[in-house]
Order: sequence, then structure tokens, then C-alpha cells
Amino acid sequence: MKPFRSLDAVAAPMGTPNIDTDQIIPARYLWRSKADGYGMHLFQDLRFAADGTPREEFVLNQPAYANAGIIVAGRNFGCGSSREAAVWALSDYGVRCVIAPSFGDIFYNNSFKNGLLPIVLPPERVAALLAALDRKQDVRIEIDLQAQTVTGPGGTVDHFEVDPFRKQLLLEGMDDIAFTLRHTEQMAAFETEYDRAAPWLAVPG
Amino acid sequence: MPETKPRTLFDKIWDSHVVERLPDGTCILYIDRHLVHEVTSPQAFEGLRMAGRKVRRPDATIAVADHNIPTVGRRDPAGIKEEDSRIQVQTLEANVAEFGVPYIPIMDKRQGIVHIIGPELGISLPGMTIVCGDSHTSTHGALGALAFGIGTSEVEHVLATQSLLQKPAKNMLIQVEGSLPFGTSAKDMVLAIIGRIGTAGGTGHVIEYAGEAVRALDMAGRMTVCNMSIEAGARAGLIAPDETTFAYVKGRPHAPKGEAFEQAVAYWRTLPSDPGASYDTRVVLNGADIAPMVTWGTSPEAVVPITGTVPDPANEPDAEKRAQLQRMVEYMALTPGQKMTDLPIDVVFIGSCTNGRIEDIRAAAEVMRGRKVAPGVQAMVVPGSGLVKEQAEQEGLHRILLEAGFEWRDPCCSMCLGMNPDKLTPGQRCASTSNRNFEGRQGPGGRTHLVSPAMAAAAAATGRLADVRELGR
Repeated sequence: MKPFRSLDAVAAPMGTPNIDTDQIIPARYLWRSKADGYGMHLFQDLRFAADGTPREEFVLNQPAYANAGIIVAGRNFGCGSSREAAVWALSDYGVRCVIAPSFGDIFYNNSFKNGLLPIVLPPERVAALLAALDRKQDVRIEIDLQAQTVTGPGGTVDHFEVDPFRKQLLLEGMDDIAFTLRHTEQMAAFETEYDRAAPWLAVPG
Repeated sequence: MPETKPRTLFDKIWDSHVVERLPDGTCILYIDRHLVHEVTSPQAFEGLRMAGRKVRRPDATIAVADHNIPTVGRRDPAGIKEEDSRIQVQTLEANVAEFGVPYIPIMDKRQGIVHIIGPELGISLPGMTIVCGDSHTSTHGALGALAFGIGTSEVEHVLATQSLLQKPAKNMLIQVEGSLPFGTSAKDMVLAIIGRIGTAGGTGHVIEYAGEAVRALDMAGRMTVCNMSIEAGARAGLIAPDETTFAYVKGRPHAPKGEAFEQAVAYWRTLPSDPGASYDTRVVLNGADIAPMVTWGTSPEAVVPITGTVPDPANEPDAEKRAQLQRMVEYMALTPGQKMTDLPIDVVFIGSCTNGRIEDIRAAAEVMRGRKVAPGVQAMVVPGSGLVKEQAEQEGLHRILLEAGFEWRDPCCSMCLGMNPDKLTPGQRCASTSNRNFEGRQGPGGRTHLVSPAMAAAAAATGRLADVRELGR
């Protein structure tokens, strides 16, 4: 996993609440191999008309937000289906951070496991960032994960909270499985005792 | 004896599965059952292969293809016409063979939607931790198990370690008091709950459903309620195991037998929340206030009783919400103030992990008995599993439905998520027993109204959204 330390990128405003994972990546693309990339279908039906032509009004198609690396979103971003391809599509497109007042739980978890940083800021601060980005003058946002700060257009600085454990793994670019596999002995001990105490858990036949 | 703090059902299941607690509160949580399907697993197996890792507990894992397989002319994977579907099923078959994971083939009558077959086969049991790369894993919480959806990285993590890195969720208690009125079902109950707390109302929580109306539900109804916990923002929903649960589990193929079953029941009886256990959030609904519900918009929280009307976005004071409501009204091609019962429908879909069980098909057949699908309406029933389909055929329900003009399909997620060929075409309006009415969910440009199976049948019979209570008279 690519470590995440800091990021200075163009931020695209997507203030609509409840952008669900079906909108981020429709189910009909989920059979694709990760190696082929999902970025080309990110927000497919919002970004493109049925004939494949880009919808000019969609934020990522506007020149001001070309090559966005950050999305500032409305509440409950990434709600709905557990599909991790929603995160893969964002990462593959080049988005490494989403800032929103709240997230769908599974999406939030999936993000960390793919080096994408989900940042929760208070609704009024997200609204302020959205308003600043909508003006299309200064559209860059700077993230410092170590310091846990978001520096917005015009130099506004917001502090954000992040789980220390998740932060450490992101900073190191360490994957969860490698971490857990360091605890193999504890696992073996737990399993032995557990199987003894709950024999009915064994799958019969 | 040290005094212990009263614990919730969730706390008890959580505590008994903690392998290790890290200093910041993150836990290595042991997983009892891992259900694997064709859509969210390929990259997980690929990850194992690349790292040279094995599946730690193949015996605690079971795989089945359900999301993207044909519902007509079912045949062996090599014969699947759609390339994407064929690749996914064949990839799953190659992966389970390579890693030694038990698998239910698509031509096996036990095949079905993973959340239908887990409980049906006794693979999912009370007190367990159950995960699957699918957000509707919350369904299994109806048994009194902690069951939640995970992403593909987590699928790989569970395959490799039989555990997950998790922090405990907050506890939410939703009590539905009294009893449900005539013409309403578990689906109406959960839609009313989502209408009340919103799609983010349960975020960060595990919801425990309790109260007289919940206790009175059969297991199928409890599964419908827990299924849609994710639509209320909660990763998991739970209902305390009771006599209804034990009677359901007893005798199922993978359930414990004889003395082991008695031991298990004795343990399961210790699981319900202790008196005085504390919850971070509590919500109380009165069952008697619940009417047959129907969603009007593109979020499950955009829901009204069938007697209701399309809301007017202009009445919403909050600008952001107003814009969202306006977008929904436009996408769904509605007029503010329009009566829900005035909306003609093109398609009826009965099935999915929300409402694809035998009880759901019985409810639909009961309404359709002696009635016909209205002209111009395409109506289909997709049973949740091969065993559900077989049971329905033994009861003759398929004959009632076929004679009425329904299509009788093979088990799959089907039109719930618009991945296989069962899709809406742009502009089509569908009364659906599934769980999500998102834009394009059932096919690009499709318009979904979520309803109960009886209400879906009422829509099929009348050609519009209809109040099943009126039809009953």
C-alpha cells in the first residue's frame, strides 16, 4: 500500500448528500479486474451521458477541477453497497482524500485499506470549503496527515480527528493483514480455547 | 464474584470474540463464519495468491455465486451467455478449488442468495460473528448474530487470518411497541424506521430491534428488518434470540444436533441484553402507527405511507435538502402533491435478500390468487434460493403466480442490483421488494419504489402503486 503523508491537490466540490457507492461505481462494472482500473468509470452515470459523452455540468468535467485529487462532499458520502470498487475507482482516478461531514461506515473503512484518507469535518466547515471551491478561484487544498490538518483555499486551517491506529498504518503504508499476522500466537491460543468452549460451532458433515 | 456491568447483546457477542485488544481500542475480532460470493472475492483471492497466503479456516468459509448469474435457462458456468457473469463464476470456482473452500455450485438446489442460504442451511447461528463482502450481511443479525458487510480488503483479511481489525460500534436500541396493523409487514416496519431515523441515523451503531412488534415477527420478518439496517446507516442489526429463533435453527442441515444443540441453546439463552444495559441511542415507535409504506424518492428515507402524496420540495427550509428533494422529484418523474396510488408502474420485482424467502412468496401469491397481472406490466418472482423455489413449487405457489402472469425465475440477486440481465430500461417505474431505490440501481434511468411483497403484488394486479388493504376488501 502506498503510504499517505501529505497531499496538495485540486479539490472538487460535490455537496450533494448521500452520494452512494452505486453512483460512485455502478454495479455493472464490478466484474472488471482491478488491474484494468476502475477510474474510467468513476461516477459513470453522473459523469457521462448514456452515449458516453461527458456531461459538461458534472464537477469533474469542469476545467477548473481537472485532475482533482481531493473531493469535498456532502453528508453520508459512500453510503450503500459494500463494494470496495468505489474506493478503487476514486484512487484509480487519482483521488486520495475525501472530506465530508459523514461517511457510509463500510466505505470509510475501505478507504483506509487502500491509502485513501476520509476526513470528517463539521458540517459548517465542509459548507465553507464547498462555498470557497465553488468560486473556482483557489481550488487547492493541502492535507497534512501527521499534523492532522486541512489547509483550505485562502489559508483556512482545520484540524481533523483520525484513529491513531489507522493513521499509523497509512503513514507507514502498512497493510492490515501483515499487522494481524504478527499476532498468530494469540490467535492460535484463542482458537484452541474457543473451539473447546463452543463445540457446536464446528460445521457438522 | 466481581460485579459486571450490564451488557447488551452486541457487547456480549463482541466480548466473546476479542482475540486481542490493542491500546487504542482496536480489536482483533474472531470471525465464526465467512460467506463468499463471486463479485467481491476475486481480488481477495488474488491478494492471497500474490502474498503466498492460505485460507486459515476453509471449514468456517462457504462460497456461492449469487449476484450476477442468469435467472432464466440456468446452466453450468461454461454455458452462461454473459461474458462478465461467466468470468466471475468460473473465477470463483477456480479460487475455491485452489484454496479448498467449500462451495455450492450454481446447479445445486441449495444455491441461492448468500443471505438467504446462510440461515436456511443453519450455517448462520445465534451468537456468531458472520461476515460477507456484501452490505446486506446484516440480515443474519435476525438470529442474534453479529453480522456485517465488509469490503474486499477485509474479505482477504478474513480469509488469511479468520479475524478482522475492528473497533466496537455504538449501541442503538429501536423498540417497536404494540402490534403491526392489518396489511402491514416487517418490510413496512423497517421502511417506517428508516423514514424516522434517516439513512445516516444508525451510522457508527449496531441496531438492536426490540419491542412487542419485533418479538411477534417470524424469522423471515426479522431477517427483512435486520437486512435493511444498512439502509439506516448501521452496519449490523440484531434481534435477541428466543424460542422463535431456536425453533427455526433446530434441524437445519449445518445446525448442531442432539446434545450439541442443547448446549448451544443453553448458551444462546445467555445472550439477550441484560436488564439495565445502556444504549447510546434509543428510538421508540408505535407499531399501530405503521401503514403499508412505499418509497417515492431515490433514498430509502424518502418514504411515505401508501395513502400519502409526493412531498413538495418547496416546503423544505434547508437549502441542501431542498435541492436533494428536487433532484429526486425530477429523477422519479413526479409532481409534488401527487397521490402515490396514482402512479402507474411498468415492472414488479419480488425477490432479493430482503424479501426472497418462502413467507414473502406466500404473501405475494395470497394477493395474486384469482387475480391477473395488469396489462402492460412485467412481473417477476425470483426466489431467494433453490430450496425456497422448491418449497414454493411444493405448495403450488408458482402455479398461482404463473397463472396470474408472473415470470417464475431461478434464484439470484437479479433486479435488486441490476448486475445480471434483469434490469430496468431508462424511465421504467418498478414496484420492488428489494432494499435500494438509488438512482440507476435497478438499471440506468430506472425508477424504483420499495414496497413489501404483498404491496408489490397489489401493484402488479392494479398496474399502479396500490394499497393492499383496499384490495383485500
